[in-house]
Amino acid sequence: MKLLRGLLIPALALLLSGCDAVLLSPSGDIARQQRDLIAISVVLMLIIIIPVIALTLLFAWKYRESNKAAHGEYDPDWNHSTVLELIVWSAPLMIIIALGAITWTSTHKLDPYRPIDQLDASRSVAAGTKPLVVEVVALDWKWLFLYPEQGIATVNEMAAPVDRPIEFHITASNVMNAFFVPSLAGMIYAMPGMETQLHAVMNKTGDFAGLSANYSGAGFSDMTFRFHSLSNADFDGWVAKARASGAELGRDDYLKLEQPSEREPVRYYASVSKGLYNAILNRCVESNRMCQSDMMALDKQGGQGIVGAYNLASSVGLRSRLGLTEAEKRYVGALCLTRDADVAAAPAGRSR
Amino acid sequence: MNTPDLVKLIFGRLSLEAIPYHEPILIGTFAMVAIGGIAVLGLITKAKLWGYLWKEWFTSIDHKKIGIMYMVLGIVMLLRGFADALMMRAQQAIAFNGNPGFLPPHHYDQIFTAHGVIMIFFVAMPLVTGLMNYVVPLQIGARDVAFPFLNNFSFWMTVSGAMLVMASLFVGEFARTGWLAYPPLSGLAQSPDVGVDYYIWSLQVAGVGTTLSGINLIATIVKMRAPGMTMMRMPVFTWTSLCTNVLIVAAFPVLTAVLVLLSLDRYAGTNFFTNDFGGNPMMYVNLIWIWGHPEVYILILPLFGAFSEIVPTYSRKRLFGYASMVYATVVITVLSYLVWLHHFFTMGSGASVNSFFGITTMIISIPTGAKIFNWLFTMYRGRIKFEVPMLWTIGFMITFVIGGMTGVMLAVPPADFLLHNSLFLIAHFHNVIIGGVVFGVFAAINYWFPKAFGYKLDPFWGKCSFWFWFIGFYVAFMPLYVLGFMGVTRRMNHFEDPSLQIWFQIAAFGAVLIALGIGSFLMQLFVSWKRREQLRDVSGDPWGGRTLEWSTSSPPPVYNFAFTPVVHDLDAWAQMKDHHAERRTEGYLPIHMPKNTGAGIIIAGFAFVLGFAMIWHMFLVAGLAFLGLLVTAIGHTFNYKRDYYIPADVVERTETARTEELAAHV
Repeated sequence: MKLLRGLLIPALALLLSGCDAVLLSPSGDIARQQRDLIAISVVLMLIIIIPVIALTLLFAWKYRESNKAAHGEYDPDWNHSTVLELIVWSAPLMIIIALGAITWTSTHKLDPYRPIDQLDASRSVAAGTKPLVVEVVALDWKWLFLYPEQGIATVNEMAAPVDRPIEFHITASNVMNAFFVPSLAGMIYAMPGMETQLHAVMNKTGDFAGLSANYSGAGFSDMTFRFHSLSNADFDGWVAKARASGAELGRDDYLKLEQPSEREPVRYYASVSKGLYNAILNRCVESNRMCQSDMMALDKQGGQGIVGAYNLASSVGLRSRLGLTEAEKRYVGALCLTRDADVAAAPAGRSR
Repeated sequence: MNTPDLVKLIFGRLSLEAIPYHEPILIGTFAMVAIGGIAVLGLITKAKLWGYLWKEWFTSIDHKKIGIMYMVLGIVMLLRGFADALMMRAQQAIAFNGNPGFLPPHHYDQIFTAHGVIMIFFVAMPLVTGLMNYVVPLQIGARDVAFPFLNNFSFWMTVSGAMLVMASLFVGEFARTGWLAYPPLSGLAQSPDVGVDYYIWSLQVAGVGTTLSGINLIATIVKMRAPGMTMMRMPVFTWTSLCTNVLIVAAFPVLTAVLVLLSLDRYAGTNFFTNDFGGNPMMYVNLIWIWGHPEVYILILPLFGAFSEIVPTYSRKRLFGYASMVYATVVITVLSYLVWLHHFFTMGSGASVNSFFGITTMIISIPTGAKIFNWLFTMYRGRIKFEVPMLWTIGFMITFVIGGMTGVMLAVPPADFLLHNSLFLIAHFHNVIIGGVVFGVFAAINYWFPKAFGYKLDPFWGKCSFWFWFIGFYVAFMPLYVLGFMGVTRRMNHFEDPSLQIWFQIAAFGAVLIALGIGSFLMQLFVSWKRREQLRDVSGDPWGGRTLEWSTSSPPPVYNFAFTPVVHDLDAWAQMKDHHAERRTEGYLPIHMPKNTGAGIIIAGFAFVLGFAMIWHMFLVAGLAFLGLLVTAIGHTFNYKRDYYIPADVVERTETARTEELAAHV
């Protein structure tokens, strides 16, 4: 495999010389392993593809009607050969068995939910290393990054220390997007009310591109961000810079930020309202909405019965935000479950 | 009590503002379509062709005419879908360095959605259905399909769907969601305008036609084969058609159901796929791909069949490995239901689920590979005539294996995480759809055209068309593979990185080459029609064919076969020729045939109005259209004059004329 890779990657690189093919020269270990899989699968398949193309051209040329030399071989009734048929079924089968085995192991090894165990091919993650947790929210049409450990938040720019495992928790406010930093690792969807995860590590310092890879509406093309891979000291400086901004990302600020907008400038927040990410994930940033986690917990215990049927709220502002413009539409109101002390207690039940 | 607002009941949300007169591109298009349309209508009126068209074509239940009308629909819609492609290529080639290009997102996003929808539903599907409609009854020695009226109705429903998509150009707008309209983006909260409704209703109306034509062809193939044609004596094209129609009947109801659920979300306030109230958009993604993956095999299988007819004919040999070809087709049919999740490995399924679907996807490449080898060994020790269909076939074999390889790359889940939604993916599916379906359709058109019209297609323009398409394809899509490796994703309206621009410019040039390919094909049709006397084929068997369709005259008589052929072997017609079977020239009997009816076009017309009215919330009109639809459908059941007999002397006259013609040209 090493040899094959050694042959193929320079060949592809030569083919793509003059352009910056980020997927072929990634800077993160996960993307590098994924790149290697692409190379291995190409090599395995070329074992079949090259002979097929060569034989197609050869037979088409050799057995052309005007080639009188081949007329002696003409055999209009020859239509079966057990040996050949065994070969044409088993040769692809062998390749697929090999590729299938590689697929099974690599899919498990590179499962984005699985914490990484190596920094790169030669260094494993030291025991007890705590990954950097980054909570990512795809908004219409910008990216919000929350750093629970550091307590900061940023818009359209993120940073991470080089060679430190990163654990992304990813969700979205409104429509489906995909979180993608091509030089770091493969993409994963960002979906409202859902959380996906990604574990990765960046092995080089630098400034890398990040983007949404799943079409999400009018402002989609500008939904990009920068990924800064920094030394530990520089990362601390970056965090300090965010803290120096002094701004707080409260729930109301988030609700303003969440409104559709394009080409948002980079922003830093020194602090974040407690529990904001969970509220975003559970679609209950507004204080009078029931969190999906609560709703599911209640339903799991058999629901609220008749009482639940009255637990509807319909504040005008929120209705229009939810697209429920017609008067009779309602949404599920919050019960007195809000645990976060810093959020004003929500009016429960039939608030209007 | 409020008085009902009559204007709202009649016009719904339709108003003059729905006409996009502020969009110069659309106004220009409209002017061209209007002038062209008026010219065509004027010419038809001047030539007094309306009666002829209505009697001989629109109301025809002859599978051959319906097949030809499907092909015409597919080619017309190809021009529309390709115009969208050219605009996208032009936009992406210039939208760099702060230049926003000429298409703002609002317009551009409609174009890429419409391009996908039109190319799949209104180009590829009609072309494939048209081929099956025309060829299958002839190949199995039948006089028509099992349900001839249903066939006419299916066709007009497809036309109604296509007309709804076209209407969205000039009245309102089309969806801005991508061709599969994933919620929440396609939900009411994010897309409150008519675009998604146009999408839903055009697919629902056309989907009725597709499903019914699937049922029709299954019944035809299962019940109406000539005596002696056992399953394992069916031509491979008929086999692949059977499998395709099984796929249609099993898959399209899923599409219908998922679109009904989306419509309920949009019209009735349900919450199947919304963000809140317990809705789950991921369910839509699963359901639509449970239809969507079999759909790509629905498109490609019939063309695998066409290649399996073309290669033996021009290699002048029997098909290598008939049985393994049939088993491969059936295996593909079954497996195509077990792979849908590979379209969203990135949605967060566990590693075991992703590996399962990745591996099943790879397994499909085994029977597909076997098919390629079988064509290869059919050519081996043959005497290959390089007529135009054979050129397309060689082009297909080379191009398709490359597309297959990139497909298996995408089937490895961790590799897919990098390549998903990228231009690499775009290049991959165009590689298999153009390299497989489009090349196959052109091969098939060139192959069966003399059967349908009695003259061959001009080979010079056919070769031009092939080379422009073949080279154009590589020039247009190889850069997209490269761009995919550069981390460029799909559906982008403009770009920051100037180093990408050259690749998009090359791709745009490729699209121009393909445009020349399409132009050459239209030229080929025109030149062949002009030269039809020189290109005339009276034998009915211009290529030395092997299957039953070549045993009758070109074009075949209404009744296809004066006597139902009796089949003794695979490649029935080749076997008859080998045994010097004599054409029977006496003892003609009256032939029982179905009669033309206008019910299909009328019901489909009501379906168009119903769809249009539902899109614009014109509920009164929608109700009336639905009533009209119902009344016509029920009324049609009271039409007892559905069949007639072609008298024996008419058959005799037709057949004697052919006998004389054959004798004169020996």
